[in-house]
Amino acid sequence: MDIDIIISSVYQGLLWSIMAIGVYLTFRILDIADMTAEGSFPLGAAITMQAIVSGVSPILATIYGFLGGAAAGLVSGILHTKLKIPALLTGILTMTGLYSINLFVMGKANISLLATAKTLFNLHDFGSSTANTIVIGGVMVTIVIIILVFFFNTEMGLAARAVGNNQNMSAANGINNDNMKIIVYMLSNGLIALSGSLMAQLNGYADVSMGIGTIVIALAAIIIAEIILKNLSFGKRLITIVIGSMIYRLIIAFVLDRGVDPNALRLFYSLMLAVFLAIPLISKSFKQIKQRRLNNQDQVEDK
Amino acid sequence: MPVLEVKKLNQYFEKGTPNENHALKEINLDLEHGDFVVIIGGNGAGKSTLLNSVAGSLPVSYGHVKINGEDVTYENVSKRSRLISRVFQDPRSGTAPLLTVEENLSLALHRGIWRNFWTNGVKKSDRKLFQEKLAQLNLGLEDRLGAEIGLLSGGQRQAITLLMATIKSPSLLLLDEHTAALDPETSATVMELTDRLVQEQKITTLMITHNMDDAIKYGNRLIMLDHGEIAIELNEKEKEGMTVPKLMQLFKERSGKELNNDAMLLS
Repeated sequence: MDIDIIISSVYQGLLWSIMAIGVYLTFRILDIADMTAEGSFPLGAAITMQAIVSGVSPILATIYGFLGGAAAGLVSGILHTKLKIPALLTGILTMTGLYSINLFVMGKANISLLATAKTLFNLHDFGSSTANTIVIGGVMVTIVIIILVFFFNTEMGLAARAVGNNQNMSAANGINNDNMKIIVYMLSNGLIALSGSLMAQLNGYADVSMGIGTIVIALAAIIIAEIILKNLSFGKRLITIVIGSMIYRLIIAFVLDRGVDPNALRLFYSLMLAVFLAIPLISKSFKQIKQRRLNNQDQVEDK
Repeated sequence: MPVLEVKKLNQYFEKGTPNENHALKEINLDLEHGDFVVIIGGNGAGKSTLLNSVAGSLPVSYGHVKINGEDVTYENVSKRSRLISRVFQDPRSGTAPLLTVEENLSLALHRGIWRNFWTNGVKKSDRKLFQEKLAQLNLGLEDRLGAEIGLLSGGQRQAITLLMATIKSPSLLLLDEHTAALDPETSATVMELTDRLVQEQKITTLMITHNMDDAIKYGNRLIMLDHGEIAIELNEKEKEGMTVPKLMQLFKERSGKELNNDAMLLS
């Protein structure tokens, strides 16, 4: 594997990590696997690309993408909390609806930018396109982490964390559980859309089906982060998710480099996530087997 | 004006089905400021139903609940929490396990107030208050502000929940068999702590319990529920000199039924 592939994995991981962080908010803070992600990721891309094509500045176009995702989160949040639709179904409903919305936004199945089009990544030149990507991606990820760490330590952020932790307690202390969940849903999907927006700008291309399988990628990054280091504070956890995303991209790059059929990629994503999810259980049973062996040895020695 | 006014409260479960259960029948109950009312009764007597109706976690079928003269019958738990605080039976229910001691206390300190998204949830200035309050518990928790609550014992968690429920004096404190899940020794400690906190701040309190000894020992009024109705109501004077056998005798006279003390204590 040559150095270029490694570098590209790193900066792709950087942009993907914003999505993984978004998924983390619903997955770990609310304890919900929110499928809306697969619709809000291309939504962010679609809105931003359409805006750029229509002559909007890339910064504004990116913000529009974020807001679009937040609106999708609002819909899912309301469906789940006010209408009491189960979280998994809520995500599927919004995701399916968003497929049509994304087609409406773009007016067709995909948008390609001209090479001369302005994007966040060529607004300012940091020396090379790789440097541009890493600087812009790094700045975005840093801003996201700082804002989230700040928010989740404020009065409202604390309340949001309590809701995911113990809903009886939060309600008894006057926290409106529904509203807090909706806020987290919006933040989460806003970030996911932001990630989609950045990916589209980087590739100069948005496609209505670019969201398929993205939640699996995000979850894999989160689980890798949690396997590397357990029990971290919120801020440190977000940083490990960035690293987890990069590791994940490296694994994918390595697999592709070995000549695996790209058509098999999503099958590979799923298998890999299944393995990651099973690792804690596997390592636990290994420990038990080891303990049993030690125990039996002691018994033999006692005789 | 009474702090809590329960008027002609009726609760039905599965109304209109063969399984219909009229769990509370025309309950009228007034709590004056500073009242500490203990409610006892066997399983299915309606204790929890009454408490849940007052707390807002169970929609009322018929009747009204007023607090400080305000009709709160149709308000949900989080809305009523500006007036009511509650300690649950399960020590895990009253605290958020992954949040730290100080984070939990801060959340309680904001009960009934809008929470902003620009200032720290845990204020430096509040830490001193938390330490003082925790020191009063004599559980050595004042040095553990940063510990995750989930790592503490049931008794410690219940003591902190009590602190959270009283840190901002509520109009009404609801105690939902809050010592039932603790071992006898811890249970006694938590009960004494409860009494102290309630007396110090003169908090109007409604407590349900299975423990008849506690019911006689604590509070200034005692109510015994039976099949959704108030079977016995004792005021402060009548409560003095009351013993468990006397109370059981009284129940027999009033309802014509034998009261099974074991069932009440153990269920």
